[in-house]
Amino acid sequence: MIKEYSILKHHGRQYVPDLTKVKLSPLFRGRPVIAEQITAEEKDELINLCPTSAFVRAPFGIDLGKCVFCKECEFRFPDKIHFTNDYKIATNNPNNLIIQSGNKPVEFNSELIREDVRKLFNRSLKLRQVSAGGDNSCEMELNAAGNVNFDMGRYGIEFVASPRHADGIVITGPITENMAEALQICYDAIPSPKIIILVGTDAISGGIFTGSHALNRFFLEKYNIDLYVPGNPAHPLTFINGIFSLLGKI
Amino acid sequence: MSEKFHIEITNNGAPVYLKDIPSLSYHDFLAHLKNLLAEPSNHCIAYYAVKMDKKLKFFCYVAIDNTSRIAIFTHEQEFDNLVLPSLTPGNFTLHIFEREIHENHGVEFDGHPWLKPVRFPNNHYNSASKINNYPFYNIESEELHEVGVGPIHAGIIEPGHFRFICNGEKVLHLEIQLGYQHRGIEKLFIERDNALQRSILSESISGDSVVAHMLAHSILIESLAGITVPVSLQIERCIALELERIAMHIGDTAALCGDIAYQLGQVVNEALRTTIINTTQLWCGNRFGKGLIRAGGSNYPMTIDFIDALLQTLEDTGKRYSEITDRIFSLPNVLSRFDGIGILTQTQAQLIGAVGMVARSSGMDRDIRKSHAFQYYKEYPFESITQQTGDVLARAMLRNLEVRYSIEMIKEMIRIYRQKEPTFEKPVYNYKLQPDSISISLTEGWRGEICHTAITNQKGEIVHYKIKDPSFHNWMALAVAVRNQEISDFPVCNKSFNLSYCGNDL
Repeated sequence: MIKEYSILKHHGRQYVPDLTKVKLSPLFRGRPVIAEQITAEEKDELINLCPTSAFVRAPFGIDLGKCVFCKECEFRFPDKIHFTNDYKIATNNPNNLIIQSGNKPVEFNSELIREDVRKLFNRSLKLRQVSAGGDNSCEMELNAAGNVNFDMGRYGIEFVASPRHADGIVITGPITENMAEALQICYDAIPSPKIIILVGTDAISGGIFTGSHALNRFFLEKYNIDLYVPGNPAHPLTFINGIFSLLGKI
Repeated sequence: MSEKFHIEITNNGAPVYLKDIPSLSYHDFLAHLKNLLAEPSNHCIAYYAVKMDKKLKFFCYVAIDNTSRIAIFTHEQEFDNLVLPSLTPGNFTLHIFEREIHENHGVEFDGHPWLKPVRFPNNHYNSASKINNYPFYNIESEELHEVGVGPIHAGIIEPGHFRFICNGEKVLHLEIQLGYQHRGIEKLFIERDNALQRSILSESISGDSVVAHMLAHSILIESLAGITVPVSLQIERCIALELERIAMHIGDTAALCGDIAYQLGQVVNEALRTTIINTTQLWCGNRFGKGLIRAGGSNYPMTIDFIDALLQTLEDTGKRYSEITDRIFSLPNVLSRFDGIGILTQTQAQLIGAVGMVARSSGMDRDIRKSHAFQYYKEYPFESITQQTGDVLARAMLRNLEVRYSIEMIKEMIRIYRQKEPTFEKPVYNYKLQPDSISISLTEGWRGEICHTAITNQKGEIVHYKIKDPSFHNWMALAVAVRNQEISDFPVCNKSFNLSYCGNDL
């Protein structure tokens, strides 16, 4: 018993008291900031450089739904693009994922949220996670969102085993052909009303796998997506703050 | 071992020209492979077929641990309706390779006991074979029942289907069906003729072994492009690889405790894993080390401040990890759930060709860092750790010991690093690869040996890329280990292996 006390003493308090105010380490690759002045040649070079074609030509911007956060564009033009450690990049509107010049936070459009989402799920949101070709990094980050450090369970947000107990589905991975049917069955088993959350760049756009014949992303064309959580993988705080925005907790 | 039957290369060494690789008749190929594998420390690291000049060319790589060499040899066949005598009945370690060749190219292996699909790739030979009509093994009996689990599991993990045949609570047989995670990565490596895209692809093979896969890819590219990297960078890479090992092993210790409802062990280890991956984030901005390793150089050389922070974290985390694991492995209620559960005997491990920590937990001394040392491990007096009993306890204990050893190893490497003059090289993306060649690279990730091989054409373009994750061998180990166990022990057995779905499915 004394040993347990000693372990607990050294363990200390691990939970993050306020999940909305954490400062991540300076190098963390979150929301990019693009300079106002950027020449046409530089734009061309950036567009050619990006491994996932995340740059949008006009108006010039970077689509976080496609970006794999490799930071190679910043290494090439350090004065023009800078990845800040702002992790609050989840949104419900895919247009807001396109970052243009200037240093503005990623917007969230509360008016687009379906009425019943905040009414029903504000105090308790149970989610079923489906990995459909995910590389296990987003999956581990979602596990971490419920661990002793982030502990999102204290806000009533939890992952559950059965879709029958769930209020929504969280999809990671680019959605493989081999997983498409299982994903559909799982979604159908969740009682309505239900939400869909895409976590990670792979899920939002296919990421580096875009164009692979082994994918089948037809599922996403059928339904309205309630939350986009970019990242490679998405940080637990990006996910949790995104849910907070969705539920109106911040 | 006669040289004329194969050509030998070293890991991390120069590529060989395709024309220099001996092409044997199938009869000689069979005899030679059998001859090489008769030595128990040798094992087949890759065996695959490639369509070349309207023929099917089979490449086989055998790791010879005693001499730290890799033997390469080939055989060539006409394509149509190919039936070959199977090698599997003589050496079971080859079963998965023949299954893969069968699935991709339709080659029939006569006498193979188990010629089943591996991952249902999108371009596989028999398009009628679909993931939802996998031919499961079954037993007709009124006494027995089947339990199907997956592809979607209860927790937040990757998909795969487990089919148990049980007698009451006891598992008679487990068959594991994979392929749900297949993203077509190997094909994308050929289609994307862009160095950066290939780097990102390598990082996405398996998100829990980012550094190990990325390092294997980088070493392969460096070999084919004739790039040598400075010692300081090699040390940094080894430190990154050991950090990944520490983080995953601690995370697995937490998960094992969670599976047996020992909550203190779970939460303390979860918190410790966070400290390690946050240190990786401090280094490169990503908790899994994405972006940290690149061919030819690094975007994130270690800074003095980072080294201090790393040493501090290792010191604190090491102490706390020792404290909690000392407790875990002395608690009777933990030991009674680990001890003698899910045994994989050394004979079984040898028979199925287990690699990495699964093999070492069953008494096999198989570690690429020792037998085919790469990067700075070549200089480092590395000693592998083994356990003898092959049960859940052995695999948990191996993690415990490896975490402690890796911490010491990083400290020692930093000491050496500080004596060197660090040279900062930027990553190389405009490399030119040696034409008409083949190269192979092996790394030892936390799960075990990772193998990347590439073949180039006369223009120096990659025409074939093959990836092998240790899980490719080790899934069979899990299926064997749960036989005659209570089905309720399956979660803890599964967790003690913690194999990769996406690494297998590619």
